[in-house]
Amino acid sequence: MSVTDTTRPISQEPETAIDDSASFHVAAPKKSNPLKVGLPPIMFGGLVIGFWYFVSYGLLEDRRRFLLRPPHQVIQKGFLDWAVFSEILTALWSSTKVAIIGLVLAIAIGMALAIIMSQAKTAERAIFPYMVTLQAIPILAVVPLISLWFGFGQMARVVVCVIIALFPIIVNTLFGLQSAEKGAHDLFSLHQASRMTRLRKLMFPAALPAIFAGLRISAGLSVIGAVVGDFFFGRGAVGIGQRINRYAANLQGEQLLAAVIMTAALGVTVFWTFGWIQSRVIGKWHDSSS
Amino acid sequence: MSIVTTGSLSFDQIGMVFPDGTEAVREASFTVNRGEFVTVVGPSGCGKSTLLKIASGLLEPTRGTVTVDRDRLGYVFQDATLLQWRTVQRNVELLAELHGLPKAERQSLATEAIKTVGLSGFENHYPKALSGGMKMRASLARTLTLKPPVFLFDEPFGAVDEITREHLNEETQRLFTTEGFAGLFITHSISEAVFLSTRVLVMSARPGRIVAEFEIPFDFPRTPDLRFTAEFARISGEISHELRGAHS
Ligand SMILES: Nc1ncnc2c1ncn2[C@@H]1O[C@H](COP(=O)(O)OP(=O)(O)OP(=O)(O)O)[C@@H](O)[C@H]1O
Ligand SMILES: [Mg+2]
Repeated sequence: MSVTDTTRPISQEPETAIDDSASFHVAAPKKSNPLKVGLPPIMFGGLVIGFWYFVSYGLLEDRRRFLLRPPHQVIQKGFLDWAVFSEILTALWSSTKVAIIGLVLAIAIGMALAIIMSQAKTAERAIFPYMVTLQAIPILAVVPLISLWFGFGQMARVVVCVIIALFPIIVNTLFGLQSAEKGAHDLFSLHQASRMTRLRKLMFPAALPAIFAGLRISAGLSVIGAVVGDFFFGRGAVGIGQRINRYAANLQGEQLLAAVIMTAALGVTVFWTFGWIQSRVIGKWHDSSS
Repeated sequence: MSIVTTGSLSFDQIGMVFPDGTEAVREASFTVNRGEFVTVVGPSGCGKSTLLKIASGLLEPTRGTVTVDRDRLGYVFQDATLLQWRTVQRNVELLAELHGLPKAERQSLATEAIKTVGLSGFENHYPKALSGGMKMRASLARTLTLKPPVFLFDEPFGAVDEITREHLNEETQRLFTTEGFAGLFITHSISEAVFLSTRVLVMSARPGRIVAEFEIPFDFPRTPDLRFTAEFARISGEISHELRGAHS
């Protein structure tokens, strides 16, 4: 193409366009005042702690205070006492491992099923109803079955995680794989792209935002699965569910609250981690991630 | 791969009735030879896009036959259809990638095409940061990398402003004169049609039929001022008249 000399009048044009695209870029990562962002939750947290004190000291008489120990006692006995805190951390780590293994398995199985379903409508019709059914069974109803088949150890706990984390991954991956525009599919058809190329270069990247949405949900569910599973299956390493159970049985209120708070922290950490990975992977081109 | 293909496109008695009963095209017969730039104008929904989809093989016509070499067929869709997760550069490289060209060649083809459409400097932008017109230009650049012997354009410049459109018209015309492809172009703009084409076809409202044909006599290269000549105005007026007839 001998157009090099003639492109000048045109390449002049984007100069005007640079302005609006540049301002677009500045506007994209909203830098807001940290004080404005940080202050409301801190103030609300203070309010909650105040209320907590009020319940502990104002509402509960001395002999019933074990029902809700005041915050500083929870910190002293639950977090600052290393014997207790390390006990909680060990249990938490044990459950975290279960949750991670369960999640990885759920991702592998869920994505594989979704990809198969995306390739053939017949496969989708065949498999999908069973996935919905599996999703509809309350996990408590299958716990006895799981213990019958997998015993009361780590394996059983992992199975619980897989079962409850599977569905969002399947649904979101499948939905995502089917979300590529018709026009883009036409483009790939026009250039005789193979099934594999279409999957790799079109359907899978188009699915990423939905996949990450599913991952965030499933990761949270997997943590819940690990804790719940731990409640029921008493063998093997003590997880956070067992820990919580024992603290409750022994009326160790401070330790119990500390364990619950740490479990919540784990859930939040998982959620944030996946949010962070998401914005690292697709944040550059996808708008609604962060 | 034969670079010097016949580069022509021929419709013979093409008819298209969609499964839902919508008759979009009726008895369309015409040929676009290498070195010809044919534009189809017609009311919205008359079957122009359908015609291009049939030419490209995306749709099977219910009647008639199309003769075209679909190897490296260039087709600029009505929508930009950029892949959001790819930068402008990587989007423009896509077709060369699908055709298995080595990386270095892909990159140089893309860089050249991006320059042609005036998007230099935006190579690393993602589509979300582009205006509608810029997206369309990226889409055009993507097709340019193929150096297609047969080039289909579906209203590529509908979303760009008047001045940019004129620039892109000149650029398209320049490509046409240097590459000499067989071009089939669709637009709602009569002035764009007359400026670019060697021939303009007017399509009637649905079911679309070719109701008039105009040879455009101007020599290439054409300058922007051509638009303000009396002859240009006369031809435009005649086409406009036919179009008004086509609407009813
Ligand atoms: N897949 C389809 N099924 C049924 N009808 C369709 C289909 N695609 C297009 N049509 C109909 O065929 C007619 C022609 O559509 P087409 O897109 O070719 O119009 P067009 O001339 O390109 O219009 P525009 O100028 O607005 O782009 C329209 O009435 C449209 O509704
Ligand atoms: Mg159209």
